[in-house]
Amino acid sequence: MKQFSGPVLFLDRSDINTDEIIPARYLTENTREALQPFLLEDIVLEGFNPGTDIHAKSVIITRANFGCGSSREHAPWALETNGIHLVIAESFARIFKQNMFNCGMMAIELPAETLNEIFSTYAGTETHLITQLDKNHFILKNQNHTHTISFSLSGFNLALVVAGGWVEYADINY
Amino acid sequence: MSVKNIPPFERGEVGIFIIRGECPIHDHLLERNNVGRTVAEKIFDTHRVNNPFGDIHVIRLDAVFCHEITTPIAINDLIARGKDRVFSPSKLKVVIDHVSPAKDAKTALQGKILRDWARRHSIPDFFDIGRNGICHALFPEKGFVRPGYTIIMGDSHTCTHGAFGAFAAGVGTTDLEVGILKGVCAFHYPHSIKIIITGSLPEGVYAKDVILSIIGRIGVNGATNKIIEFTGPVVDAMSMEGRMTLCNMAVEAGATCGICYPDRTTVDYLWEFIQNDYGSPDEALDEFLKFLPDEDADYEEILEHDVSVLEPQVTFGYKPDQVTSAQNLSGTPVDQVYIGSCTNGRIEDLRIAARVLRGQRIKDTVRGIVSPATPKIFRQALEEGILQTFMDAGFCVTNPTCGACLGMSNGVLAEGEVCASTTNRNFNGRMGKGAMVHLMSPATAAATALAGHITSWVP
Repeated sequence: MKQFSGPVLFLDRSDINTDEIIPARYLTENTREALQPFLLEDIVLEGFNPGTDIHAKSVIITRANFGCGSSREHAPWALETNGIHLVIAESFARIFKQNMFNCGMMAIELPAETLNEIFSTYAGTETHLITQLDKNHFILKNQNHTHTISFSLSGFNLALVVAGGWVEYADINY
Repeated sequence: MSVKNIPPFERGEVGIFIIRGECPIHDHLLERNNVGRTVAEKIFDTHRVNNPFGDIHVIRLDAVFCHEITTPIAINDLIARGKDRVFSPSKLKVVIDHVSPAKDAKTALQGKILRDWARRHSIPDFFDIGRNGICHALFPEKGFVRPGYTIIMGDSHTCTHGAFGAFAAGVGTTDLEVGILKGVCAFHYPHSIKIIITGSLPEGVYAKDVILSIIGRIGVNGATNKIIEFTGPVVDAMSMEGRMTLCNMAVEAGATCGICYPDRTTVDYLWEFIQNDYGSPDEALDEFLKFLPDEDADYEEILEHDVSVLEPQVTFGYKPDQVTSAQNLSGTPVDQVYIGSCTNGRIEDLRIAARVLRGQRIKDTVRGIVSPATPKIFRQALEEGILQTFMDAGFCVTNPTCGACLGMSNGVLAEGEVCASTTNRNFNGRMGKGAMVHLMSPATAAATALAGHITSWVP
């Protein structure tokens, strides 16, 4: 099972699309690893610099409809090769979310109100997130605050995270 | 879907947030015993393998479509796992379309991985360079889609094939990989929205304007995780080409699939491929009509969308729901006009554009590029004199390919340049880093090419 804890990258915008996560010009790569330098290269987000702000981050917290657009699994792969296995958002595009779990990664939804409070309390600070999968909660921490945030995971998605992906699961069951 | 009451955030040292359940468990089969079904529900019921978890429906696939961008990594992964097998060679339809012909060593390798795999597994329907076109134009043209079918592809615009009354969904490489190996795919329950398109289309206004106006109305997140059924007199009057344009952009509103109801237009389009299966077109239609929704089918939402006074539509900004009338952007200079793609590269689109262009030359500050979506369309356009019209107008005619639409091969824009395009996405960087894309119909694109700036066509 993958690691779902670590420093948090805040992306304060809705509708971040897959072309922004990994532009189509890099879809000619035949390995996941080759995508690593190009994560979020085309994103339109004031104050964010992909060259310096992604380094050593493990978790993304963002707004609504993350991963809309293309079906490219290169988007989760580009996250994975940068050590980011967990994205927390108000909502996700269907294909992106399924791709995350199919890769044994997590795309977790929280209500807009909760995210508003998380952004106002933690964005712009050095924030660390700890995932406790057995307790279905995250612990968010910065220098001044700590919060415990519960989440839920469907049985299917939990099975994919535990199994490490959909291919092995399907090969046994179908 | 119910959303639990969410208590306000509590400030303090330790706060507890309660969130809504991610996937409420519905016992749909019990719940819906006496309720009518939507198109997608009927298709799921005839294809369901099982429900391994409450809300998850594993369905059997009638076809798995593959192209050279998302399939090679699935192939390599299957090889690495020692599972280099396919569930049914004849149900796999394979094409090289995104970068065609190959532009460099990397894209040549993508083509080679796909080609070697198709040969290794004796896949009969593999369309290599010379016979290839854009998947979502080529596969319908080859008769690979039928009402009631289930189809997946590693391409978000797979929703196009819902125009035939099929359930067709874009998926990622892992879902594609399992589809190739096992012929199944897992989906959440197919909740549907019905959009009734009423009125009649004014002259100079087309399916592209309709779908842009719908996306502008419901937003890029307006149909996420849902199926859109498009119906009403305007859809009934549309050709299969128009319906494919409509369904093609359902995903730009987040939809899993766009669906049009099968009718005589559907049967006539498919007749050459199904004439040995049915005694008459009427008999085929009778069979296909079983996929129409029941009158008491349960929709999450029913929208009426009147297009009687709709004007030609154009996007602005970087999201496909940023839509306005062409009139409002009139005068915006463009550097390039692109006519093609799985949205608007079909023969009907080229005919409309040629009608606008005939006998005129495009502005000398504009680069015009037209890409017929398949070899058949290319040949038809050649025989009908359409390519002549484009060339006389000053257009560059390219071979069938996805090309400029996603800035992968030809027609890439320089920073700061503007393109009027008949494609489906205006995302930042889509056709070139730092460039701007305005989505529009072929008629509006052709008129814009003549003027050198955005303008609508007045027939």
